Amino acid sequence: MTSLKATLRQAFSQINRNKMMTTASLFSITAILLVLGIFFVVIVNINSMSQDIKRDFDQIQVNLYDSVTAEQSADMMNQINAMQGVADVAYQTRETALENWKEKWGENADLLDRMPTNPLPNAILINLTDIAYAKTIVAAVSKINGIENISYSQDTVDKLLRLTRMIQIVSLVVIIVLVAISITVVSNTIKLTVLAREREIVIMRYIGATNWFIRGPFLLEGIVIGVIAAVISAAAIGFLYYYAVGHLGVDFALLMPTGFVPLPFLIENLFIIFVALGVSIGACGSIISMRRFLGR
Amino acid sequence: MIEYKNVSKKYGKNIGVADINVRIDDGEFVFLVGPSGAGKSTFVKLLLKMIDADKGSIMYNGYDVAKLTPRMVPRHRRSMGIVFQDFSLLPKKTVFENVAFAMEIVQRPYRTIQRQVPQVLELVGISAEANKYPTEISIGEQQRVAIARAIMNNPDVLIADEPTGNLDPDTGWEIMRLLEQVNRRGTTVLMVTHSREIVNAMNKRVVAIKDGRLVRDELGGFYHPEEDDDPSPAQAKTEGALPL
Ligand SMILES: Nc1ncnc2c1ncn2[C@@H]1O[C@H](COP(=O)(O)OP(=O)(O)O)[C@@H](O)[C@H]1O
Ligand SMILES: [Mg+2]
Repeated sequence: MTSLKATLRQAFSQINRNKMMTTASLFSITAILLVLGIFFVVIVNINSMSQDIKRDFDQIQVNLYDSVTAEQSADMMNQINAMQGVADVAYQTRETALENWKEKWGENADLLDRMPTNPLPNAILINLTDIAYAKTIVAAVSKINGIENISYSQDTVDKLLRLTRMIQIVSLVVIIVLVAISITVVSNTIKLTVLAREREIVIMRYIGATNWFIRGPFLLEGIVIGVIAAVISAAAIGFLYYYAVGHLGVDFALLMPTGFVPLPFLIENLFIIFVALGVSIGACGSIISMRRFLGR
Repeated sequence: MIEYKNVSKKYGKNIGVADINVRIDDGEFVFLVGPSGAGKSTFVKLLLKMIDADKGSIMYNGYDVAKLTPRMVPRHRRSMGIVFQDFSLLPKKTVFENVAFAMEIVQRPYRTIQRQVPQVLELVGISAEANKYPTEISIGEQQRVAIARAIMNNPDVLIADEPTGNLDPDTGWEIMRLLEQVNRRGTTVLMVTHSREIVNAMNKRVVAIKDGRLVRDELGGFYHPEEDDDPSPAQAKTEGALPL
Protein backbone atom coordinates (compact mmCIF):
# COMPACT_ATOMS: atom_id res chain seq x y z
CA MET A 1 0.00 0.00 0.00
CA THR A 2 2.62 2.45 1.10
CA SER A 3 4.84 1.70 -1.85
CA LEU A 4 1.94 2.11 -4.27
CA LYS A 5 1.11 5.41 -2.68
CA ALA A 6 4.74 6.48 -2.87
CA THR A 7 4.91 5.40 -6.50
CA LEU A 8 1.76 7.33 -7.37
CA ARG A 9 3.01 10.40 -5.58
CA GLN A 10 6.29 10.17 -7.46
CA ALA A 11 4.62 9.68 -10.81
CA PHE A 12 2.52 12.76 -10.45
CA SER A 13 5.33 14.90 -9.13
CA GLN A 14 7.45 13.73 -12.07
CA ILE A 15 4.74 14.66 -14.54
CA ASN A 16 4.45 18.00 -12.88
CA ARG A 17 8.17 18.71 -12.95
CA ASN A 18 9.04 17.33 -16.38
CA LYS A 19 6.50 19.51 -18.10
CA MET A 20 8.45 19.88 -21.32
CA MET A 21 9.01 16.15 -21.82
CA THR A 22 5.52 15.33 -20.71
CA THR A 23 4.00 17.81 -23.12
CA ALA A 24 6.16 16.54 -25.96
CA SER A 25 5.25 12.90 -25.27
CA LEU A 26 1.61 13.83 -24.93
CA PHE A 27 1.65 15.60 -28.30
CA SER A 28 3.40 12.71 -30.03
CA ILE A 29 1.02 10.08 -28.73
CA THR A 30 -2.02 12.26 -29.41
CA ALA A 31 -0.80 12.84 -32.98
CA ILE A 32 -0.40 9.12 -33.57
CA LEU A 33 -3.83 8.41 -32.13
CA LEU A 34 -5.46 11.11 -34.23
CA VAL A 35 -3.99 9.60 -37.36
CA LEU A 36 -5.12 6.14 -36.38
CA GLY A 37 -8.51 7.59 -35.45
CA ILE A 38 -9.03 9.10 -38.89
CA PHE A 39 -8.00 5.80 -40.41
CA PHE A 40 -10.43 4.01 -38.11
CA VAL A 41 -13.33 6.29 -38.98
CA VAL A 42 -12.76 5.90 -42.71
CA ILE A 43 -12.39 2.14 -42.51
CA VAL A 44 -15.45 1.68 -40.33
CA ASN A 45 -17.60 3.72 -42.69
CA ILE A 46 -16.32 1.95 -45.75
CA ASN A 47 -17.00 -1.42 -44.15
CA SER A 48 -20.50 -0.43 -43.20
CA MET A 49 -21.09 0.81 -46.75
CA SER A 50 -19.88 -2.34 -48.41
CA GLN A 51 -22.03 -4.45 -46.11
CA ASP A 52 -25.11 -2.50 -47.17
CA ILE A 53 -24.16 -2.92 -50.79
CA LYS A 54 -23.94 -6.68 -50.44
CA ARG A 55 -27.43 -6.72 -48.97
CA ASP A 56 -28.73 -4.90 -52.04
CA PHE A 57 -26.76 -7.01 -54.41
CA ASP A 58 -29.57 -9.10 -55.86
CA GLN A 59 -31.89 -6.16 -56.47
CA ILE A 60 -32.37 -4.09 -59.60
CA GLN A 61 -33.94 -0.69 -59.22
CA VAL A 62 -35.82 0.71 -62.21
CA ASN A 63 -36.27 4.45 -61.81
CA LEU A 64 -39.30 5.89 -63.55
CA TYR A 65 -39.95 9.31 -65.01
CA ASP A 66 -42.30 11.42 -62.91
CA SER A 67 -44.69 11.47 -65.86
CA VAL A 68 -45.34 7.74 -65.72
CA THR A 69 -48.84 7.03 -64.41
CA ALA A 70 -49.86 4.32 -61.95
CA GLU A 71 -51.59 2.40 -64.73
CA GLN A 72 -48.52 2.49 -66.95
CA SER A 73 -46.30 1.35 -64.12
CA ALA A 74 -48.61 -1.55 -63.26
CA ASP A 75 -48.39 -2.62 -66.89
CA MET A 76 -44.59 -2.39 -66.78
CA MET A 77 -44.51 -4.52 -63.65
CA ASN A 78 -46.51 -7.25 -65.32
CA GLN A 79 -44.14 -7.15 -68.25
CA ILE A 80 -41.13 -7.45 -66.03
CA ASN A 81 -42.66 -10.15 -63.89
CA ALA A 82 -42.93 -12.34 -66.94
CA MET A 83 -39.21 -12.20 -67.63
CA GLN A 84 -36.99 -15.16 -66.82
CA GLY A 85 -34.96 -14.83 -63.62
CA VAL A 86 -37.31 -12.42 -61.89
CA ALA A 87 -38.28 -13.57 -58.43
CA ASP A 88 -40.66 -10.75 -57.60
CA VAL A 89 -41.44 -7.16 -58.49
CA ALA A 90 -42.46 -4.36 -56.16
CA TYR A 91 -43.43 -0.74 -56.57
CA GLN A 92 -41.68 1.86 -54.45
CA THR A 93 -43.02 5.38 -54.28
CA ARG A 94 -40.61 8.27 -54.03
CA GLU A 95 -41.93 8.94 -50.53
CA THR A 96 -41.20 5.41 -49.40
CA ALA A 97 -37.77 5.68 -50.98
CA LEU A 98 -37.02 8.79 -48.93
CA GLU A 99 -38.32 7.11 -45.78
CA ASN A 100 -36.02 4.15 -46.38
CA TRP A 101 -33.14 6.46 -46.98
CA LYS A 102 -33.80 8.30 -43.76
CA GLU A 103 -34.01 5.02 -41.91
CA LYS A 104 -30.59 4.00 -43.20
CA TRP A 105 -29.12 7.30 -42.15
CA GLY A 106 -30.46 6.90 -38.65
CA GLU A 107 -29.57 9.78 -36.42
CA ASN A 108 -28.19 11.86 -39.27
CA ALA A 109 -31.54 11.70 -41.08
CA ASP A 110 -32.35 15.31 -40.30
CA LEU A 111 -29.67 16.24 -42.82
CA LEU A 112 -31.96 14.92 -45.54
CA ASP A 113 -34.72 17.22 -44.37
CA ARG A 114 -32.54 20.10 -45.49
CA MET A 115 -33.09 19.14 -49.10
CA PRO A 116 -35.64 21.46 -50.66
CA THR A 117 -37.45 18.77 -52.63
CA ASN A 118 -37.46 15.01 -52.65
CA PRO A 119 -34.85 14.19 -55.32
CA LEU A 120 -35.83 10.54 -55.51
CA PRO A 121 -37.92 9.01 -58.31
CA ASN A 122 -40.69 6.43 -58.13
CA ALA A 123 -39.22 3.04 -58.85
CA ILE A 124 -39.87 -0.60 -59.59
CA LEU A 125 -37.72 -2.94 -57.53
CA ILE A 126 -36.84 -6.28 -59.09
CA ASN A 127 -35.54 -9.15 -57.03
CA LEU A 128 -33.69 -11.76 -59.00
CA THR A 129 -33.70 -15.50 -58.58
CA ASP A 130 -30.05 -15.41 -59.50
CA ILE A 131 -27.63 -12.57 -59.94
CA ALA A 132 -26.52 -14.13 -63.24
CA TYR A 133 -29.76 -12.87 -64.88
CA ALA A 134 -28.96 -9.28 -64.05
CA LYS A 135 -27.41 -8.32 -67.38
CA THR A 136 -30.11 -9.78 -69.64
CA ILE A 137 -32.93 -8.39 -67.50
CA VAL A 138 -31.36 -4.93 -67.44
CA ALA A 139 -31.04 -5.08 -71.23
CA ALA A 140 -34.67 -6.14 -71.67
CA VAL A 141 -36.10 -3.68 -69.17
CA SER A 142 -34.22 -0.73 -70.66
CA LYS A 143 -36.25 -1.16 -73.89
CA ILE A 144 -39.48 -0.30 -72.03
CA ASN A 145 -40.66 3.33 -72.34
CA GLY A 146 -40.86 5.69 -69.39
CA ILE A 147 -37.72 4.54 -67.69
CA GLU A 148 -35.31 7.22 -66.55
CA ASN A 149 -32.50 4.84 -65.65
CA ILE A 150 -31.77 1.48 -64.16
CA SER A 151 -29.49 0.99 -61.25
CA TYR A 152 -28.42 -2.39 -60.18
CA SER A 153 -25.73 -3.41 -57.75
CA GLN A 154 -22.97 -3.87 -60.32
CA ASP A 155 -23.10 -0.17 -61.06
CA THR A 156 -23.08 0.85 -57.45
CA VAL A 157 -20.40 -1.65 -56.61
CA ASP A 158 -18.17 -0.37 -59.38
CA LYS A 159 -18.74 3.23 -58.45
CA LEU A 160 -18.20 2.56 -54.82
CA LEU A 161 -15.19 0.41 -55.38
CA ARG A 162 -13.56 3.27 -57.23
CA LEU A 163 -14.50 5.78 -54.56
CA THR A 164 -13.43 3.46 -51.78
CA ARG A 165 -10.11 2.78 -53.38
CA MET A 166 -9.50 6.49 -53.82
CA ILE A 167 -10.33 7.27 -50.21
CA GLN A 168 -8.15 4.42 -49.01
CA ILE A 169 -5.16 5.55 -51.06
CA VAL A 170 -5.52 9.15 -49.91
CA SER A 171 -5.88 8.21 -46.25
CA LEU A 172 -3.00 5.77 -46.54
CA VAL A 173 -0.70 8.46 -47.94
CA VAL A 174 -1.77 10.89 -45.23
CA ILE A 175 -1.28 8.23 -42.57
CA ILE A 176 2.18 7.26 -43.79
CA VAL A 177 3.31 10.87 -43.75
CA LEU A 178 1.84 11.59 -40.32
CA VAL A 179 3.02 8.33 -38.78
CA ALA A 180 6.53 9.01 -40.03
CA ILE A 181 6.40 12.43 -38.39
CA SER A 182 4.97 11.05 -35.14
CA ILE A 183 7.53 8.27 -34.92
CA THR A 184 10.34 10.78 -35.33
CA VAL A 185 8.86 13.00 -32.64
CA VAL A 186 8.26 10.13 -30.21
CA SER A 187 11.70 8.62 -30.61
CA ASN A 188 13.30 12.01 -30.13
CA THR A 189 11.21 12.65 -27.07
CA ILE A 190 12.19 9.30 -25.61
CA LYS A 191 15.83 10.01 -26.37
CA LEU A 192 15.61 13.36 -24.61
CA THR A 193 13.81 11.85 -21.66
CA VAL A 194 16.42 9.16 -21.26
CA LEU A 195 19.29 11.61 -21.47
CA ALA A 196 17.62 13.92 -19.00
CA ARG A 197 17.04 11.08 -16.58
CA GLU A 198 20.12 8.95 -16.97
CA ARG A 199 21.68 10.47 -13.88
CA GLU A 200 18.57 9.98 -11.83
CA ILE A 201 18.42 6.33 -12.79
CA VAL A 202 22.08 5.78 -11.94
CA ILE A 203 21.68 7.51 -8.56
CA MET A 204 18.63 5.42 -7.74
CA ARG A 205 20.53 2.24 -8.54
CA TYR A 206 23.46 3.34 -6.39
CA ILE A 207 21.28 3.86 -3.39
CA GLY A 208 19.64 0.49 -3.74
CA ALA A 209 16.34 1.02 -5.54
CA THR A 210 14.99 -2.10 -7.23
CA ASN A 211 14.45 -1.97 -10.98
CA TRP A 212 10.70 -2.04 -10.56
CA PHE A 213 10.84 0.75 -8.04
CA ILE A 214 12.83 2.81 -10.53
CA ARG A 215 10.55 1.87 -13.42
CA GLY A 216 7.33 2.33 -11.46
CA PRO A 217 6.92 6.10 -11.63
CA PHE A 218 8.25 6.29 -15.20
CA LEU A 219 5.86 3.55 -16.24
CA LEU A 220 2.92 5.15 -14.52
CA GLU A 221 3.85 8.47 -16.04
CA GLY A 222 3.84 6.89 -19.50
CA ILE A 223 0.47 5.26 -18.81
CA VAL A 224 -1.09 8.47 -17.50
CA ILE A 225 0.19 10.38 -20.54
CA GLY A 226 -1.22 7.65 -22.78
CA VAL A 227 -4.65 7.85 -21.16
CA ILE A 228 -4.72 11.63 -21.40
CA ALA A 229 -3.70 11.41 -25.06
CA ALA A 230 -6.48 8.87 -25.63
CA VAL A 231 -9.09 11.13 -24.09
CA ILE A 232 -7.90 14.16 -26.06
CA SER A 233 -7.77 12.38 -29.40
CA ALA A 234 -11.06 10.52 -28.91
CA ALA A 235 -12.75 13.81 -28.10
CA ALA A 236 -11.09 15.50 -31.08
CA ILE A 237 -12.09 12.75 -33.48
CA GLY A 238 -15.62 12.73 -32.08
CA PHE A 239 -15.95 16.46 -32.56
CA LEU A 240 -14.44 16.36 -36.05
CA TYR A 241 -16.68 13.48 -37.04
CA TYR A 242 -19.79 15.19 -35.77
CA TYR A 243 -18.77 18.36 -37.58
CA ALA A 244 -17.75 16.61 -40.81
CA VAL A 245 -20.92 14.54 -40.99
CA GLY A 246 -22.94 17.70 -40.49
CA HIS A 247 -21.17 19.46 -43.32
CA LEU A 248 -20.48 16.70 -45.80
CA GLY A 249 -23.88 15.16 -45.23
CA VAL A 250 -26.03 16.67 -47.94
CA ASP A 251 -23.38 16.66 -50.65
CA PHE A 252 -22.32 13.15 -49.80
CA ALA A 253 -25.90 11.95 -49.70
CA LEU A 254 -25.99 11.23 -53.43
CA LEU A 255 -22.67 9.39 -53.32
CA MET A 256 -23.33 7.27 -50.30
CA PRO A 257 -25.75 4.39 -50.46
CA THR A 258 -26.02 4.45 -46.68
CA GLY A 259 -25.65 6.88 -43.79
CA PHE A 260 -22.54 7.43 -41.68
CA VAL A 261 -21.79 5.09 -38.81
CA PRO A 262 -23.47 6.64 -35.74
CA LEU A 263 -21.27 8.74 -33.47
CA PRO A 264 -21.86 7.01 -30.09
CA PHE A 265 -20.98 3.60 -31.53
CA LEU A 266 -17.90 5.01 -33.18
CA ILE A 267 -16.64 6.95 -30.17
CA GLU A 268 -17.19 4.11 -27.75
CA ASN A 269 -15.05 1.76 -29.82
CA LEU A 270 -12.56 4.42 -30.71
CA PHE A 271 -12.10 5.32 -27.06
CA ILE A 272 -11.43 1.72 -26.03
CA ILE A 273 -8.91 1.33 -28.84
CA PHE A 274 -7.29 4.66 -28.01
CA VAL A 275 -6.89 3.92 -24.32
CA ALA A 276 -5.36 0.54 -25.09
CA LEU A 277 -3.02 2.06 -27.68
CA GLY A 278 -2.16 5.14 -25.63
CA VAL A 279 -1.33 3.05 -22.58
CA SER A 280 0.79 0.67 -24.64
CA ILE A 281 2.69 3.43 -26.39
CA GLY A 282 3.25 5.29 -23.11
CA ALA A 283 4.29 2.23 -21.15
CA CYS A 284 6.48 0.79 -23.90
CA GLY A 285 8.08 4.17 -24.48
CA SER A 286 9.01 4.39 -20.82
CA ILE A 287 10.28 0.83 -20.51
CA ILE A 288 12.25 0.92 -23.76
CA SER A 289 13.79 4.26 -22.93
CA MET A 290 15.10 2.90 -19.61
CA ARG A 291 16.16 -0.55 -20.65
CA ARG A 292 19.83 0.04 -21.19
CA PHE A 293 20.14 1.86 -17.87
CA LEU A 294 18.84 -0.97 -15.74
CA GLY A 295 21.71 -3.39 -16.16
CA ARG A 296 20.55 -5.74 -13.46
CA MET B 1 33.51 -6.45 7.56
CA ILE B 2 34.85 -5.94 4.06
CA GLU B 3 37.57 -8.09 2.58
CA TYR B 4 39.03 -7.88 -0.92
CA LYS B 5 41.00 -10.95 -1.97
CA ASN B 6 43.11 -10.73 -5.14
CA VAL B 7 40.53 -8.53 -6.77
CA SER B 8 41.17 -7.43 -10.36
CA LYS B 9 39.03 -5.51 -12.80
CA LYS B 10 39.86 -4.41 -16.33
CA TYR B 11 37.85 -2.20 -18.65
CA GLY B 12 38.90 -3.61 -21.98
CA LYS B 13 42.60 -2.78 -21.97
CA ASN B 14 42.34 -0.22 -19.14
CA ILE B 15 43.27 -1.47 -15.72
CA GLY B 16 40.65 -0.60 -13.12
CA VAL B 17 42.14 -2.36 -10.13
CA ALA B 18 44.76 -5.10 -10.10
CA ASP B 19 45.20 -7.77 -7.46
CA ILE B 20 43.83 -5.81 -4.52
CA ASN B 21 44.04 -7.38 -1.06
CA VAL B 22 42.62 -5.39 1.78
CA ARG B 23 40.50 -5.91 4.85
CA ILE B 24 38.38 -3.29 6.57
CA ASP B 25 36.85 -4.07 9.95
CA ASP B 26 33.56 -2.84 11.32
CA GLY B 27 33.69 0.67 12.70
CA GLU B 28 36.90 1.66 10.95
CA PHE B 29 37.52 4.98 9.26
CA VAL B 30 39.59 4.43 6.14
CA PHE B 31 40.95 6.86 3.58
CA LEU B 32 41.38 5.57 0.07
CA VAL B 33 43.91 7.79 -1.70
CA GLY B 34 45.74 7.81 -5.00
CA PRO B 35 46.12 9.85 -8.18
CA SER B 36 43.20 10.17 -10.49
CA GLY B 37 42.74 7.09 -12.63
CA ALA B 38 44.33 4.96 -9.90
CA GLY B 39 41.23 2.82 -9.53
CA LYS B 40 39.61 4.33 -6.42
CA SER B 41 36.14 4.64 -7.90
CA THR B 42 36.48 1.18 -9.39
CA PHE B 43 37.26 -0.10 -5.89
CA VAL B 44 34.04 1.49 -4.62
CA LYS B 45 31.86 0.37 -7.53
CA LEU B 46 32.99 -3.20 -7.06
CA LEU B 47 31.86 -3.13 -3.45
CA LEU B 48 28.49 -1.73 -4.48
CA LYS B 49 28.27 -4.30 -7.27
CA MET B 50 27.72 -1.59 -9.83
CA ILE B 51 30.38 -3.56 -11.71
CA ASP B 52 31.71 -7.11 -11.29
CA ALA B 53 35.29 -8.16 -10.63
CA ASP B 54 37.14 -10.20 -13.23
CA LYS B 55 39.14 -12.05 -10.61
CA GLY B 56 39.22 -12.50 -6.85
CA SER B 57 36.44 -12.16 -4.34
CA ILE B 58 34.93 -9.47 -2.18
CA MET B 59 33.48 -10.64 1.12
CA TYR B 60 31.03 -8.32 2.78
CA ASN B 61 29.24 -9.02 6.08
CA GLY B 62 29.95 -12.70 5.61
CA TYR B 63 28.81 -13.14 2.01
CA ASP B 64 30.53 -13.09 -1.35
CA VAL B 65 29.44 -10.02 -3.32
CA ALA B 66 30.02 -11.86 -6.61
CA LYS B 67 27.45 -14.48 -5.65
CA LEU B 68 24.59 -12.03 -5.10
CA THR B 69 21.68 -12.61 -7.45
CA PRO B 70 20.20 -9.55 -9.20
CA ARG B 71 17.29 -9.66 -6.78
CA MET B 72 19.62 -9.44 -3.80
CA VAL B 73 21.68 -6.54 -5.12
CA PRO B 74 19.33 -3.68 -4.06
CA ARG B 75 19.30 -4.92 -0.47
CA HIS B 76 23.09 -5.24 -0.56
CA ARG B 77 23.39 -1.62 -1.67
CA ARG B 78 20.94 -0.41 0.93
CA SER B 79 23.22 -1.69 3.69
CA MET B 80 25.67 0.96 2.53
CA GLY B 81 25.33 4.71 2.25
CA ILE B 82 26.92 6.44 -0.71
CA VAL B 83 28.07 10.01 -1.21
CA PHE B 84 29.70 11.15 -4.46
CA GLN B 85 31.76 14.14 -5.46
CA ASP B 86 28.91 15.24 -7.70
CA PHE B 87 25.66 14.01 -9.23
CA SER B 88 24.52 12.81 -5.88
CA LEU B 89 21.05 14.29 -5.63
CA LEU B 90 17.96 13.87 -7.73
CA PRO B 91 17.60 17.29 -9.37
CA LYS B 92 13.82 17.28 -9.52
CA LYS B 93 13.29 16.48 -5.89
CA THR B 94 13.55 18.88 -2.99
CA VAL B 95 16.08 18.40 -0.22
CA PHE B 96 13.41 16.78 1.90
CA GLU B 97 12.26 14.49 -0.92
CA ASN B 98 15.82 13.49 -1.75
CA VAL B 99 16.41 12.33 1.78
CA ALA B 100 12.94 10.79 2.06
CA PHE B 101 13.67 8.88 -1.13
CA ALA B 102 16.16 6.62 0.67
CA MET B 103 13.37 5.58 3.00
CA GLU B 104 10.77 5.19 0.27
CA ILE B 105 13.10 2.73 -1.43
CA VAL B 106 13.02 0.51 1.65
CA GLN B 107 9.26 1.04 1.86
CA ARG B 108 9.15 2.71 5.22
CA PRO B 109 5.72 3.99 6.19
CA TYR B 110 4.86 7.51 5.11
CA ARG B 111 4.51 8.74 8.70
CA THR B 112 7.88 7.34 9.72
CA ILE B 113 9.44 9.15 6.79
CA GLN B 114 7.73 12.41 7.71
CA ARG B 115 8.99 12.11 11.27
CA GLN B 116 12.55 10.94 10.69
CA VAL B 117 13.65 13.05 7.73
CA PRO B 118 13.53 16.35 9.65
CA GLN B 119 15.59 14.78 12.43
CA VAL B 120 18.35 13.77 10.04
CA LEU B 121 18.23 17.12 8.23
CA GLU B 122 18.68 18.73 11.65
CA LEU B 123 21.61 16.43 12.37
CA VAL B 124 23.48 17.52 9.24
CA GLY B 125 22.46 21.15 9.71
CA ILE B 126 20.28 21.82 6.66
CA SER B 127 16.80 21.98 8.17
CA ALA B 128 16.32 25.46 6.75
CA GLU B 129 16.77 24.23 3.18
CA ALA B 130 14.32 21.32 3.37
CA ASN B 131 11.99 22.63 0.67
CA LYS B 132 14.65 23.90 -1.72
CA TYR B 133 15.84 22.12 -4.82
CA PRO B 134 19.48 20.98 -5.14
CA THR B 135 20.24 23.78 -7.61
CA GLU B 136 19.08 26.36 -5.08
CA ILE B 137 21.62 25.46 -2.39
CA SER B 138 25.41 25.54 -2.22
CA ILE B 139 27.58 22.55 -3.11
CA GLY B 140 28.50 22.15 0.54
CA GLU B 141 24.85 22.01 1.48
CA GLN B 142 24.19 19.54 -1.32
CA GLN B 143 26.85 17.30 0.12
CA ARG B 144 25.19 17.47 3.53
CA VAL B 145 21.94 16.40 1.92
CA ALA B 146 23.74 13.51 0.30
CA ILE B 147 25.16 12.50 3.67
CA ALA B 148 21.73 12.80 5.26
CA ARG B 149 20.33 10.49 2.59
CA ALA B 150 23.23 8.08 2.97
CA ILE B 151 22.79 7.70 6.74
CA MET B 152 18.99 7.73 6.65
CA ASN B 153 18.66 3.97 6.86
CA ASN B 154 21.50 3.45 9.35
CA PRO B 155 23.93 1.83 6.92
CA ASP B 156 26.71 -0.49 8.06
CA VAL B 157 29.16 1.31 5.81
CA LEU B 158 29.28 4.87 4.54
CA ILE B 159 31.15 5.22 1.27
CA ALA B 160 32.16 8.70 0.21
CA ASP B 161 33.84 9.05 -3.18
CA GLU B 162 35.69 12.38 -3.08
CA PRO B 163 32.93 14.10 -1.09
CA THR B 164 35.05 17.21 -0.56
CA GLY B 165 36.47 17.34 -4.09
CA ASN B 166 34.38 20.30 -5.21
CA LEU B 167 34.30 22.13 -1.89
CA ASP B 168 36.34 24.98 -0.52
CA PRO B 169 38.56 23.90 2.42
CA ASP B 170 36.30 25.24 5.19
CA THR B 171 33.24 23.52 3.82
CA GLY B 172 35.34 20.43 3.26
CA TRP B 173 36.21 20.36 6.90
CA GLU B 174 32.59 20.66 7.91
CA ILE B 175 31.79 17.62 5.80
CA MET B 176 34.72 15.79 7.41
CA ARG B 177 33.38 16.59 10.82
CA LEU B 178 30.05 15.11 9.83
CA LEU B 179 31.67 11.94 8.53
CA GLU B 180 33.62 11.57 11.74
CA GLN B 181 30.41 11.96 13.67
CA VAL B 182 28.83 9.21 11.59
CA ASN B 183 31.87 7.02 12.22
CA ARG B 184 31.63 7.62 15.96
CA ARG B 185 28.10 6.23 15.89
CA GLY B 186 29.66 2.94 14.78
CA THR B 187 29.31 3.18 11.01
CA THR B 188 32.31 2.09 9.00
CA VAL B 189 33.46 4.98 6.79
CA LEU B 190 35.38 4.51 3.58
CA MET B 191 36.37 7.85 2.15
CA VAL B 192 38.05 8.39 -1.19
CA THR B 193 39.96 11.66 -1.22
CA HIS B 194 42.55 13.76 -2.92
CA SER B 195 43.00 16.17 -0.07
CA ARG B 196 46.42 15.99 1.57
CA GLU B 197 45.36 18.33 4.40
CA ILE B 198 42.42 16.21 5.40
CA VAL B 199 44.34 12.94 5.32
CA ASN B 200 47.28 14.37 7.22
CA ALA B 201 45.13 16.02 9.87
CA MET B 202 42.73 13.18 10.53
CA ASN B 203 45.32 10.59 11.50
CA LYS B 204 43.30 7.63 10.25
CA ARG B 205 44.11 4.50 8.32
CA VAL B 206 45.24 5.29 4.78
CA VAL B 207 45.02 2.87 1.88
CA ALA B 208 46.83 4.14 -1.19
CA ILE B 209 46.42 2.73 -4.68
CA LYS B 210 48.21 3.59 -7.87
CA ASP B 211 47.66 2.17 -11.34
CA GLY B 212 45.11 -0.15 -9.78
CA ARG B 213 47.53 -1.63 -7.28
CA LEU B 214 47.57 -1.24 -3.51
CA VAL B 215 50.83 0.54 -2.74
CA ARG B 216 50.44 1.43 0.92
CA ASP B 217 48.20 0.63 3.88
CA GLU B 218 49.07 2.26 7.20
CA LEU B 219 47.25 3.21 10.34
CA GLY B 220 47.58 6.90 11.23
CA GLY B 221 49.00 7.38 7.78
CA PHE B 222 49.90 10.49 5.91
CA TYR B 223 49.35 11.52 2.39
CA HIS B 224 52.49 10.98 0.37
CA PRO B 225 52.87 13.64 -2.29
CA GLU B 226 54.92 11.32 -4.52
CA GLU B 227 51.88 9.05 -4.81
CA ASP B 228 49.92 11.86 -6.37
CA ASP B 229 50.88 13.35 -9.67
CA ASP B 230 47.71 15.36 -9.95
CA PRO B 231 47.31 17.72 -7.00
CA SER B 232 44.00 19.52 -6.93
CA PRO B 233 43.85 23.33 -6.71
CA ALA B 234 42.20 23.12 -3.29
CA GLN B 235 45.26 21.39 -1.92
CA ALA B 236 47.62 23.90 -3.43
CA LYS B 237 45.78 26.84 -1.95
CA THR B 238 45.52 25.70 1.65
CA GLU B 239 48.59 24.75 3.58
CA GLY B 240 49.09 23.67 7.16
CA ALA B 241 46.81 21.94 9.56
CA LEU B 242 43.22 23.04 9.69
CA PRO B 243 41.23 22.96 12.90
CA LEU B 244 38.83 20.10 13.30
N1 LIG C 1 33.66 2.68 -17.71
C1 LIG C 1 34.98 2.66 -17.97
N2 LIG C 1 35.39 2.28 -19.18
C2 LIG C 1 36.70 2.23 -19.47
N3 LIG C 1 37.67 2.55 -18.61
C3 LIG C 1 37.32 2.96 -17.38
C4 LIG C 1 35.96 3.03 -17.00
N4 LIG C 1 35.88 3.45 -15.71
C5 LIG C 1 37.18 3.62 -15.32
N5 LIG C 1 38.03 3.33 -16.31
C6 LIG C 1 39.48 3.38 -16.24
O1 LIG C 1 39.89 2.65 -15.12
C7 LIG C 1 40.92 3.33 -14.44
C8 LIG C 1 40.51 3.59 -13.00
O2 LIG C 1 39.41 4.50 -13.00
P1 LIG C 1 38.77 4.99 -11.66
O3 LIG C 1 38.48 3.82 -10.80
O4 LIG C 1 37.62 5.84 -12.03
O5 LIG C 1 39.90 5.88 -11.03
P2 LIG C 1 39.87 6.97 -9.89
O6 LIG C 1 38.51 6.94 -9.28
O7 LIG C 1 40.95 6.58 -8.96
O8 LIG C 1 40.16 8.27 -10.53
C9 LIG C 1 41.19 4.59 -15.23
O9 LIG C 1 42.29 4.35 -16.08
C10 LIG C 1 39.98 4.79 -16.04
O10 LIG C 1 40.26 5.40 -17.28
MG1 LIG D 1 37.06 8.50 -9.11
